[in-house]
Amino acid sequence: MSALNLLLGIVVLTGAVAALSLRNLVHCAFASIGAFLGLAGLYLHMGAEFVGLVQILVYVGAVGILFVFAILLTRGGGVEERPLFSTSWLCGVGVAGALALVLLSGLFKGADPSDPAASRPSPTLKQVGQRLMVEDVLALEIMALLLTVASIGAIVIAMPEPSRKEEDPT
Amino acid sequence: MMEGLREFCGMIWKVLSDQPDPKAAFLPLVPEAWRVEVSALLSVLPILMVFPALFALTTVLERKGLGRIQNRPGPNRVGPAGFLQFAADGIKTLTKEDVVPRAADRVLHFIAPLALVVPVFLTFSVLPFGRNLVPLNLDAGLLFFFAVGASTELAIFMAGWASRNKYSLLGALRGIAQMVSYEIPLILSTLSVVMVAGTMSLPAIVDAQAAGSGDLLSRWHVFTPWGFAGFLLFLVAACAEANRAPFDLPEGESEIIAGYYLEYSGFKFALFFLGEYLGLFAACGLGITLFLGGWHAPFRFMEAWVPSYLWFFAKLAGLVAVFIWVRGTLPRVRMDQLMNLAWKFMLPLALINLFAAALWHFLGSTPAGWAITTGLLVVSYWSLGRILMPPGRIGRRVYRYAGEGPA
Repeated sequence: MSALNLLLGIVVLTGAVAALSLRNLVHCAFASIGAFLGLAGLYLHMGAEFVGLVQILVYVGAVGILFVFAILLTRGGGVEERPLFSTSWLCGVGVAGALALVLLSGLFKGADPSDPAASRPSPTLKQVGQRLMVEDVLALEIMALLLTVASIGAIVIAMPEPSRKEEDPT
Repeated sequence: MMEGLREFCGMIWKVLSDQPDPKAAFLPLVPEAWRVEVSALLSVLPILMVFPALFALTTVLERKGLGRIQNRPGPNRVGPAGFLQFAADGIKTLTKEDVVPRAADRVLHFIAPLALVVPVFLTFSVLPFGRNLVPLNLDAGLLFFFAVGASTELAIFMAGWASRNKYSLLGALRGIAQMVSYEIPLILSTLSVVMVAGTMSLPAIVDAQAAGSGDLLSRWHVFTPWGFAGFLLFLVAACAEANRAPFDLPEGESEIIAGYYLEYSGFKFALFFLGEYLGLFAACGLGITLFLGGWHAPFRFMEAWVPSYLWFFAKLAGLVAVFIWVRGTLPRVRMDQLMNLAWKFMLPLALINLFAAALWHFLGSTPAGWAITTGLLVVSYWSLGRILMPPGRIGRRVYRYAGEGPA
């Protein structure tokens, strides 16, 4: 484990803990964006160029913006006085523990990273594209359909109701 | 020591004279342990020196140019014909008091200008400035450019929100809405190049535009129908991404004073200013790389006796001049016009341009390819314009609030 790896890990963990424990929602959003950036750094450090860059583009560029927009449109970013620990934590810890078990079992089943015989895959962008657009194109299209349905649904919800006639200001 | 100095000068000469691998002779003189760091520093330092210098020069030239357009002299007091104005401005911003509002979120207020400038500097690292001048040759260079550039929107929000000023927040909201909207046509217009060139590596895209052995003219993408349409879409979207007039609503000094950097003074304000101009340069550099042949000369015979990076910077200067000209010519658009242009005109046109590029990929540079793609683009441009602006709506201007009086 290199020093850079350790540093990025600390960035991710600090960001995640700060996102959970800070009181100001906008600070939480920026802390989680910091954690996303750290994750992207980890991916890049491990040589997964495409995943790392997409992580920045999607999570920092799109999801982060969505966070702050949602906060601004709903509550105005005010600080809410509420105890940090609540009963729903138990449920959250349970879900997180189950997820950690699944991930750890996958980690232990995988190849030993210190083993030099286990070759590291270094996929080029062309290979990733080939895989996404040719071999697994059905999954990609289903995802695209799902996202399209979601955005149409959002528009339908946001549309003014037809029964209520609004006065034309002109 | 003397040998190191000689090799260092030799390296600079190699860069200036366009020779391959300029670092090769100098790096072995550096101790083994530092080689990577020194090599990175040698790639980064020129960017950190050249582009801020270009920014300083551009501020003066822009003010002079705008002055000429508006029939006034512009800055003319400091230095010969006012050309040292940037030095006076720099000293002024460095020595002014750094005012932070009492209600402001001090941490985010401090981070915001840095969060704007650092990603913008990073975007320069993938641009090929010359034949052998690519700081970072990534397989996914274009993706890197957009991924890093996307985080500047967050910096703008951070600045607007942390200032705790309603005008700042309004400016930040306008800025994000505008940048998110125009990012889509921006990326779609560059995708047509990726489709035809078959790669996301920026040096490889430049190579794809090199002149063949038989041609007189280079094969710049802008000389094809889809490339021309894509270049214009890219230019408009880049102008909006850089928050420049006529898309400078986030600043809107007549309505929201200065938008998201209203509460910034001194050096932090200068950093915002720097970030904005560097973002413009980076966008121009990307446009040059994708559509205007990168560092290639327009004619093949010119490449032998003019260094490649001079072509790049000449094109950059030309594009920046176009942006200054546009700023001096067009009035600011309204918010609804801004959104209509992005979503109802540029987005469909960018998608159709993508389709045209796909057709070009199969038909190639044949008469049929030229006719079909040109026809498709012209017809869609015309009909989109017709749908958005029906003939009945063009006519005598009616003033709803101002009343009809003598001008």
